[in-house]
Amino acid sequence: MKVVFNGKTTQLTTPNLREFILAKGAKEPFAVAVNGEFVPRSQCAETDLKAGDNIDLLSPIQGG
Amino acid sequence: MREDTPLTIYGETFSSRLLIGSALYPSPKIMQESIVAAGSEIVTVSLRRQNSVSAGEDFWQLIKDTGLTVLPNTAGCHSVKEVVTLAKMCREVFATDWIKLELIGDEYNLQPDPIALLEATDILLNDGFKVLPYCTDDLVLCQRLAALGCEVLMPWGAPIGTGKGLLNPYNLKTIRERLPDMTLIVDAGLGLPSHACQALEMGYDAVLLNSAIAGAGCPVLMAKAFSHAVSAGRSAFLAQAMPEKEVAAPSTPTMGMPFWHQ
Repeated sequence: MKVVFNGKTTQLTTPNLREFILAKGAKEPFAVAVNGEFVPRSQCAETDLKAGDNIDLLSPIQGG
Repeated sequence: MREDTPLTIYGETFSSRLLIGSALYPSPKIMQESIVAAGSEIVTVSLRRQNSVSAGEDFWQLIKDTGLTVLPNTAGCHSVKEVVTLAKMCREVFATDWIKLELIGDEYNLQPDPIALLEATDILLNDGFKVLPYCTDDLVLCQRLAALGCEVLMPWGAPIGTGKGLLNPYNLKTIRERLPDMTLIVDAGLGLPSHACQALEMGYDAVLLNSAIAGAGCPVLMAKAFSHAVSAGRSAFLAQAMPEKEVAAPSTPTMGMPFWHQ
């Protein structure tokens, strides 16, 4: 089962969103969106992923 | 003389009228020194996918160390859905309900999409955000944004990163005159301290810039120059400029003029 993580297709190692992003090295501060919808951090543990999902993990960066 | 009042953004007051971006500096150290030299109290930041998770943590620590108020942006978004999602992500990461709303309508000049901007602003204001919309210098658009409940508007001086200055002073002046109580910030397109001074002279409350400082040969010195320019422009606004005239008027008294031939 594959998903897209930060624009790259990857194997879905666990269906749980929180476990998935932690396995990807997520470290505070960050925010998550699935299929373009924001998922509050408090809901990550209760969110299940499915094949084809698009997951974005964003971190602070310089901005103008 | 006009009475001075502090810069007010959604009820919070600031003494500096120079909002500064955190991007494009030659190094993190120069970024920090430039922010200090500018005397800014508000710094803009963003969110992106990152290859290294520690990069985001390191940058965020640098910004937190400045102790400044953070203004997250939605740079690069092209749709209402994108900006709403990114704004919510920013609110969680940066723990602020302020959002510099950027919604690009054209890739060539990075012009904000005025129609989508109204829709996104409405959604975000209703969701509790304090929206600072980056918009074009269109009076009616600014009036519509004000009617939605925006307490701050940020019309452009020129397209982002061009350094062209205030391309349409007439439009900007008209917005100032028609929205006298609105906090107005010229955002984007400034290249020289004189551009910032001009904006403050015409009564704008502040300027927001990044490239003009970060892209200068010496960003730290340019940051200081912008700080002086903003102060000068504000003082000139408070002092109220002389009325412009079409014909010459001598400044030296003509009474008692020697060699005068009747």
